[in-house]
Amino acid sequence: MSEELKKKMAQSIIDGDVETAVALAKESIAIGMEPMDAISNGFVVGVNEVGDAFGRGEMFLPELVMAGEAMKAAVATLDPELRKRGTERRKLGKVVIATVEGDIHEIGKTLVTIMMSSSGFEVFDLGVDCPAEKIIGKALEVNADIIAMSALLTTTMIRQKEVIDELEKEGLRGKFKVMVGGAPITRDWVKYIGADGYSEDAVGAVQVAKQLVGVVD
Amino acid sequence: MNKFVERLKAGKVLVADGATGTNLQKVGLVGGIHTEDWVFDEPKKILDLEKAFVAAGSDIILTCTFGGTRPRMQGAKHGDQVYEINKRAVELAREAASARDDVLVAGSMGPIGKLLKPYGPLTPEEARDAFAEQAKALTEGGVDFLLFETHFALNEVDAGLEGARSVTDLPIIVSFSYDRGTRTMMGVKPTDVIKKYEPMGVTMVGANCGTTLENMETILTEYGAVDPGFPLWAKPNAGIPRFSEGETIYDVTPEQMADFAKRYVGLGARVVGGCCGSTPEHVAAIVKAIKN
Repeated sequence: MSEELKKKMAQSIIDGDVETAVALAKESIAIGMEPMDAISNGFVVGVNEVGDAFGRGEMFLPELVMAGEAMKAAVATLDPELRKRGTERRKLGKVVIATVEGDIHEIGKTLVTIMMSSSGFEVFDLGVDCPAEKIIGKALEVNADIIAMSALLTTTMIRQKEVIDELEKEGLRGKFKVMVGGAPITRDWVKYIGADGYSEDAVGAVQVAKQLVGVVD
Repeated sequence: MNKFVERLKAGKVLVADGATGTNLQKVGLVGGIHTEDWVFDEPKKILDLEKAFVAAGSDIILTCTFGGTRPRMQGAKHGDQVYEINKRAVELAREAASARDDVLVAGSMGPIGKLLKPYGPLTPEEARDAFAEQAKALTEGGVDFLLFETHFALNEVDAGLEGARSVTDLPIIVSFSYDRGTRTMMGVKPTDVIKKYEPMGVTMVGANCGTTLENMETILTEYGAVDPGFPLWAKPNAGIPRFSEGETIYDVTPEQMADFAKRYVGLGARVVGGCCGSTPEHVAAIVKAIKN
């Protein structure tokens, strides 16, 4: 019965079906299922499947966004039960994310936020056009594991380097893992600026982030 | 009859211009500056680029208004002068176009930059109104036709068409950017685009930006399979850029681009040009290849 329920949970995420995800989360509470079990072995399975299908070019941005919405709703429904049992969802790590200064592109960055949150990271999204000191300040404030920066323009990608240089200058580089992304970002660029990782899309970004904090799938 | 439609009907193949953004970056456009701000702040640089395209043989010049919708101009220096910027951009393009007979001006209308509900914050009404405002300014400025370009979402273009149609009867072209193979990031296929927008009366459909020159061939083939003979718009990047020692480099040569341009015409393209990385030299090579 509970295996059947978990399969349905995964499917509700794949379908991006918020209402069904919430109903299934409630059902799991009613039958006394451990909420972490429901998340890890039910809903997250769906997130992973959506990610894989996206990687294969079989799903696109709408499916990712709706899966993220369903995941968010499911976790919110389970949250009171998690608190009651004192087993809050284990966070994979804290991520401070922003689109760099001078760049107002937000779609890619928002997608990465959705996928990372869905996968269990605690994400602090600072929005677009974000100066280096704000990014670094927030990372210090929340004691982040990862700083993630997006840049869509060839003219703004240099800001990613500036943040890394600033971290070096202040002796903070060892404190945070830095990952970057955006249309013009290549492996060469990542090497050149000394970032720790990059991904071409939001799904890959989750894998990179997991590697950076030492989580093995 | 509209001059642009007249020339299409006469069976002409027309050459559009090359890139705006990447060429303006070479003369000082940096991140954080809205390209449209330059319409007021650096009009001569825009004019010089457009003149270079006209001299290279472009039959169509696009206005420097890609990001000229009000929501996208939020935070721009001249973000409170959306109408004036768009109108002035047409005047600049017209001035460049006047150097040769019969050069047409297309009003460029790019995506707003936020997703529409349910995937993002924008309502269809907001998108419609933003495009209506831009289309009105471009029309009153005197463009020959409107070009929705680099789009990726059907719901945004639907709203855009509704907005544009509420203020103008000019011909409208719809061009999508397919950067996940032959799909847009929303998963839209060329087949979806032509099946949806041809019956709605657009003058052409097509593709711009995207990935490789080869990919553009695949896209045009897919369009052509739905309605052979429907005029197609093709404005690819000069390949995918690479980054070397602080420089962004587009490797595709004018000759390579010209070779592909001929193939595009064979697949039904009636307007060919270049997007990111395409210089006046690329345009000159395309002109030479398809007009001889």
